[in-house]
Amino acid sequence: MTAHDPGQAYNFAYLDEDTKRMIRRAILKGLAVPGYQVPFASREMPMPYGWGTGGVQVTAACLTPDDTLKVIDQGADDTTNAVSIRGFFRRVAGVATTERTAEATVIQTRHRIPETPLTGDQILVYQVPIPEPLRFLEPRETETRRMHALSDYGLMQVRLYEDIARHGEIATSYAYPVKVAGHYVMDPSPIPRFDNPKMHMSAAIQLFGAGREQRIYAVPPWTGVVSLDFDDHPFTASKADHPCAICGATDSYLDEVITDDAGGRMFVCSDTDYCATRQESGHD
Amino acid sequence: MIDVEDVAKDFTLHNQGGTVLRVMEGARLSVGPGECVGLVGASGAGKSTLMRMIWGNYRIDAGSVRVGGVDLATAVPRDIIALRRATLGYVSQFLRVVPRVPTIDVVAEPLLTLGVPDDEARDRAAALLTRLNIPERLWPLSPTTFSGGEQQRVNIARGFVHPWPALLLDEPTASLDAANREVVLSLILDAKAAGAAILGIFHDEDARARVCDRLVDVTSFAPERAAA
Amino acid sequence: MTDTPLLSVRDLEKRYGARIGCTDVSFDLWPGEVLGIVGESGSGKSTLLNCMAGHLAPDRGQVLFDTSDRGLVDTVTMSEPERRMLGRTDWAFVHQNPRDGLRMAVSAGGNVGERLMAVGARHYGRIRDTAEDWLSRVEIDPSRIDDRPRQFSGGMQQRLQIARNLVTGPRLVFMDEPTGGLDVSVQARLLDLLRGLVRRMGLSAVLVTHDLAVVRLLADRLMVMKDGRVVETGLTDQVLDDPRHAYTQLLVSSVLQV
Repeated sequence: MTAHDPGQAYNFAYLDEDTKRMIRRAILKGLAVPGYQVPFASREMPMPYGWGTGGVQVTAACLTPDDTLKVIDQGADDTTNAVSIRGFFRRVAGVATTERTAEATVIQTRHRIPETPLTGDQILVYQVPIPEPLRFLEPRETETRRMHALSDYGLMQVRLYEDIARHGEIATSYAYPVKVAGHYVMDPSPIPRFDNPKMHMSAAIQLFGAGREQRIYAVPPWTGVVSLDFDDHPFTASKADHPCAICGATDSYLDEVITDDAGGRMFVCSDTDYCATRQESGHD
Repeated sequence: MIDVEDVAKDFTLHNQGGTVLRVMEGARLSVGPGECVGLVGASGAGKSTLMRMIWGNYRIDAGSVRVGGVDLATAVPRDIIALRRATLGYVSQFLRVVPRVPTIDVVAEPLLTLGVPDDEARDRAAALLTRLNIPERLWPLSPTTFSGGEQQRVNIARGFVHPWPALLLDEPTASLDAANREVVLSLILDAKAAGAAILGIFHDEDARARVCDRLVDVTSFAPERAAA
Repeated sequence: MTDTPLLSVRDLEKRYGARIGCTDVSFDLWPGEVLGIVGESGSGKSTLLNCMAGHLAPDRGQVLFDTSDRGLVDTVTMSEPERRMLGRTDWAFVHQNPRDGLRMAVSAGGNVGERLMAVGARHYGRIRDTAEDWLSRVEIDPSRIDDRPRQFSGGMQQRLQIARNLVTGPRLVFMDEPTGGLDVSVQARLLDLLRGLVRRMGLSAVLVTHDLAVVRLLADRLMVMKDGRVVETGLTDQVLDDPRHAYTQLLVSSVLQV
């Protein structure tokens, strides 16, 4: 693919074609070995690490001129991070953008999975800060790689054990570890554990990009994604026990919003598109 | 039960230019079931050396020492370990135990090693400690803090807690008062009556006369040049 | 008595370049036996232990282990997953320094439970019950199950390391100076504990130490090493009371009476 606009200094979607090919190879390898962290030569992007450089590179490698892109941050389309990345791709790829989950073909996300079920025509790209779920218990990368290779995951379970021992329940509420396709344990990025079940047997392609750590991993469509737990402390997809104060939804993940200095607060859908769509169809 | 034939013993002193010192040769004796044989001879004549070869902590340079069918001159370590576990008992002069282990457990240990249930092993240990006049208040304490006589009695209790078919006794009555000496002699006589083959070193002539059926003088096992 | 050794080491050698780590080492270890390996620093005893336990790759030789399903298998040529599985089921390794054998950021219960979880235990309540049971077996108050190892004394840390290792009921334990760095009285308690566990669980053990008093009390058999080679072997009391090799005589005569 050549630059979409000869007058512009950038190649389509900012990255040069060789880089995109390299990233696509990593993506394909990741899809072939679900949950396995594939190293890739992460590029400098025109934004700081921590702003989703991994996700941006994966998105850039996936986009075609016909795609429609949606970018969300914590479920919202209108936060700085989402607006900037959406603007970035509008400029360097000229693709259509949308805030509607159902209209998007590529969705880049930070910290959430949309409430609207994804379809087989969609790619969900996650921004990942720390791809290694074993990191905090075993700092040696040589050892964690070996543990993944041998499915030596007792230690991961120890982390959940410690949670219960300290808090009486599994208190890990985001970046909750999952086992993919019965082999690799994977960090699902810092999505709330409420979203974990959405990864399981999803029709969409799920791609994970960690820019600073130079890792890409993936979950192909219709793949089993199981949250780790104990027989007597089973996994629960918890959320705040309220309906959305705006659209009344009881099945969506909620943000707590402080409304005044007197302790006033309300719970509203974190997925702004979901909430808006419900309001339009008369829920409030 | 215990058969010593043509046994010789050398010591090689590497720290003194590799000198080989022959300290015993042509040693022979045998002890049958229900028999008690006393080793006699001047101090340094080799009583303890012979005893240690039978126990297996001294190596045998010639001849054979058979205890219950095992030849200690050629046996591999695990056969000797098994022999000591079930067949061959030893009351040494000194108690060597892990510090801080209660007396009752020190005495019961040989039984536990044989797989006797804990309660039964402790009951048998308790019975022997009682018989040897070790007050019950001392049982939970480590014997390392005891007096010499008390330690010796703990050692004896440990040596008699299992009915070993062959038994080696190194000065069992030393440092004991008259009453406890009587208890030890009765333990020896009981073991004999139960069919144990006993080989002992007794400096106490009266004790020797009361328990020994025969005496063997180790002086006759001294090598020619040393005997001169 | 069984006729298959639990561990059979054949002609083991490890070199560090031109220097010999250990060479020409062969022996059998039988079920229920404790083998002591003594020698001074640099004698090759730790190299040998690490080669046997799979922490170092030997340059030559075999380390045959009597696996429960396939009989004697050479663990040197075994695949790594198999060796790891062995390392958390039938084998255990007690390090001299508890920090090398414990996860210092994980609670005592998590430390003990790790091996259980590694072999598939997924019931929190049962893992915790087992951990409490093991803490009391190694004389640590079970109420301290949620404390981290750094809140424990050196002796307690070492006992925790032992509990963590023995919880899956291994058949063979490798110990590298397990009582090193502990006070004499704490050592004694640990020795007694180890002796009891060895006896009750029918464990076999290979114990590396430079402390002759420790092997006297713990080991059935002894192997004396010097310059990477075994210079003398035999029953523990035989080697200590009637040493044959010049080096062993020197070793035995250089220590205070044990």
